[in-house]
Amino acid sequence: MDSAGLGVRRAAAFVAPALLLIGVFLVFPALWTLYIGITNYQLTGPAAANPRVVGLDNVLNAVRDPLFTNSVWLTALFVLGSAVIGQNVLGFGLAWLLRTVRPSLRRTVEGLVLLSWILPGTVVAYLWFAVLSRDTGTLGMLLGSPQTAWLVQYPMTSLIVFNVWRGTAFSMLLYTSALAAVPPSQLETARLAGASGWQTVRDVVFPHIRGHVLTNTLLISLWTANDFTPFLLTAGGPNHQSEVLPVLIYRQALESGQLGYASAMSLLLLLGNLVIALVYLRLLRRRA
Amino acid sequence: MSPLWMVRRIGFYVLVAVVMAFFAVPMLWLASAPFDSRPGLGLRWPDWTLDNVTATFDHPYALTSLVNSLVLCVIATVVTTVLAALAAYALSRVRIPGRDLLLYLLLLLSSVVTGTAAMVPIFVMMLQLGLINSQFGTALVIAGGMLPAAIFILKDFMDAVPRSYEESARVFGASPRQVLAHVVLPVARPGVATIFVWAFVNAWGNFLLPFLLLRDVGAQPAAVLLRTLYDEGGSANLTVIPVFSLLYSIPVVVLYLFVNRRYGFRFHGGIKS
Amino acid sequence: MAGITARGLSTVYPGGVRAVDELDLEVTDGELFALLGPSGCGKTTLLRTIAGLESASEGTVSIGSRDVTRLPPGDRRVAMVFQDYALFPHMTVAENIAYPLKVRGAARSVRDETAARTAAGLSLDGLLERRPGQLSGGQQQRAALARAVAASAEVLLLDEPLSNLDARLRLEARTFLKKLQRELALTTVFVTHDQAEALALADRIAVMDAGRIRQIGTPREVFQRPADTFVANFIGSTPMNLVPRDAEIIGVRPEYLAPAPSGLFTGTVSIVENLGVTSLVTLDCGVGYVVPEDDEPAVGTTVTVDAPPARVLRYDRETGLLVR
Repeated sequence: MDSAGLGVRRAAAFVAPALLLIGVFLVFPALWTLYIGITNYQLTGPAAANPRVVGLDNVLNAVRDPLFTNSVWLTALFVLGSAVIGQNVLGFGLAWLLRTVRPSLRRTVEGLVLLSWILPGTVVAYLWFAVLSRDTGTLGMLLGSPQTAWLVQYPMTSLIVFNVWRGTAFSMLLYTSALAAVPPSQLETARLAGASGWQTVRDVVFPHIRGHVLTNTLLISLWTANDFTPFLLTAGGPNHQSEVLPVLIYRQALESGQLGYASAMSLLLLLGNLVIALVYLRLLRRRA
Repeated sequence: MSPLWMVRRIGFYVLVAVVMAFFAVPMLWLASAPFDSRPGLGLRWPDWTLDNVTATFDHPYALTSLVNSLVLCVIATVVTTVLAALAAYALSRVRIPGRDLLLYLLLLLSSVVTGTAAMVPIFVMMLQLGLINSQFGTALVIAGGMLPAAIFILKDFMDAVPRSYEESARVFGASPRQVLAHVVLPVARPGVATIFVWAFVNAWGNFLLPFLLLRDVGAQPAAVLLRTLYDEGGSANLTVIPVFSLLYSIPVVVLYLFVNRRYGFRFHGGIKS
Repeated sequence: MAGITARGLSTVYPGGVRAVDELDLEVTDGELFALLGPSGCGKTTLLRTIAGLESASEGTVSIGSRDVTRLPPGDRRVAMVFQDYALFPHMTVAENIAYPLKVRGAARSVRDETAARTAAGLSLDGLLERRPGQLSGGQQQRAALARAVAASAEVLLLDEPLSNLDARLRLEARTFLKKLQRELALTTVFVTHDQAEALALADRIAVMDAGRIRQIGTPREVFQRPADTFVANFIGSTPMNLVPRDAEIIGVRPEYLAPAPSGLFTGTVSIVENLGVTSLVTLDCGVGYVVPEDDEPAVGTTVTVDAPPARVLRYDRETGLLVR
């Protein structure tokens, strides 16, 4: 089918510039990560000029490094708490509840949620410093405990709550459009049969939006696992307590200059991402 | 109006109010701190003043960095939108074996690699290409990361343009370029606008790549400068930060309001089940 | 002005489906020609191959004396109206009508003048500044026709021109279309799956099945003497009776059968369906015949029906072809 009369050659010319950019700045770095990961490449010093191939040593060192295992655990916690549970549940809840409210109220709530999504990350970091900081912070003021330095005492919890705030908009939008595609007649049938709200969601809505739930969970999981914003809030501290993988990789690469070692960890992160994606594709295929 | 119904109704609105507060409270700082004579990291009723605004405009890098942001963002956004539109159109119209799998793989790769996984090679590559501190180079890297998702979403819009429109134009003698310019792009305009805004907001807020690749403060965009605003004493410069945050946020908020009015924030497609 | 000639024309899709299969066709200058057939018979593919939207795998297409087989659609001097009209939603009616001129680089004033003149000819005046979305179905159809007319092509191709209109509007549009074609005297080929539409509109009809033409003829020829049982089955608003008898199949239209003392078929009345001024009576032997209103026999009575000998057709049982 070539309704536009493009012809294969012209079509290739249309696609080529985009593929070139993607190839140079996305695929090539990804492949290079594989290579740097097996060298002892460093930012400065003798290994910077003449990196030596060290094979899988970096990977083995990483797996044995308590900083790395700690980071993997924190990343899993971060993804599970803020994305898989937090954004998913709140996003769906908002989409479900806002179906029935007045349009003006609906727009206001949606507007706030969306604003928290599109504000620049660095600005958002300051907004949350203002909420969570000691002495003057808004949360301490509201709870009457101004002495609590939330980001220091509860760094992971703070990051999870922050990321729910930051990322729920996507899930809300996706579920809103998914819910709009559920045939109203089926919802009405459930109501006539006397189903409660929860029963309706479980028996009528969920089977319809299963694919959306999977897509959404995959995307927000990947985004959260690779999110660099935690660096802006806690920079991994205190004492590595909130050092999720992207932050660890950054610090290893540019603060410690261990480029090879950091790449090996990037490689492991890539592999982790791939595993998540494959599990998702598996689930999606089972549906079909 | 049974009592149970009333209780559920009240519970419902309390819930909505709590959610609204959760999302709104952090943003209030952006309204109060810029105009407070003693701005801090916390929320309080401001002691109104415009001194902070003056101080921000006097800051040597504040306005430059906003201009840098704009340059970076416009290049990245235009490159992304134009290349994605061309590629999405061709991919939508010409059957290439394995096309969908390829798109899907690229999408996965982009959501993985653009974050942090590939920052080491990107840094090394740009270092060796001599493109550290190059705004154009950084913009291209940002665009490369956004392209797969942009193509993926735009292809859905292109798929929705009826084939008969193009065939009709062809029968009347239109060349492929005319078909694209006269028919396809105008019809797919909401999609192109969506991608434009999406790319702009993403590029505008991008911190990691400029932070990595633009080491010279004169070339840095607002995202990076905002992280490095310290006063002489070495602590965060709270006179400038709130006002600068506000200035830096205005373009995306304006864009957001525009899109919301014009198209509404809905997924028109793009994300299929 | 020019006729259309197809010689040994085949269009094969990538999967190997022969949508048009070694087909010969001649449409004469100024004729209103129908391609009729069930869905999937290749009629739309044939139309699109004439337009150049599909490329011919074998054979040739000529318009007038020009061989256009390898020409791109824009160089064939054809105009086409699509089933969904394909009016560009972002252009006004005037811009749509003048689009063929815009492609050729005509000046703004020429385009405006042509749009106004063409629109007036198709009673679209007053709608020129509207967008297609603001038009009714009938107006959209006329706007699409106007655009095709404005292209001043040698051949007009219409894909299911009436199928997007509701039943009442369709009759009106049918008359309008025929009148327009007569005024323009433009060689016109249209595709339809509706045999009544083809009979009412066309000068000649090609009945297609599985990529081949089963019969070409005037509406009268096709209706009265279908060339084979397929055409016999397809043409006619009530299905033709096709009754196997010995080595033949007897074919006779229900409209030509009437009760008689003795005749072709005898059976018991099983169903009576009201068709308005007539009723369709079905006998238990499977034969149907049409009676005037108020003349319906009671269910269960035994009836013998007969037809004038000239209206009784005989088909070969093996080949399905008309014997006489």
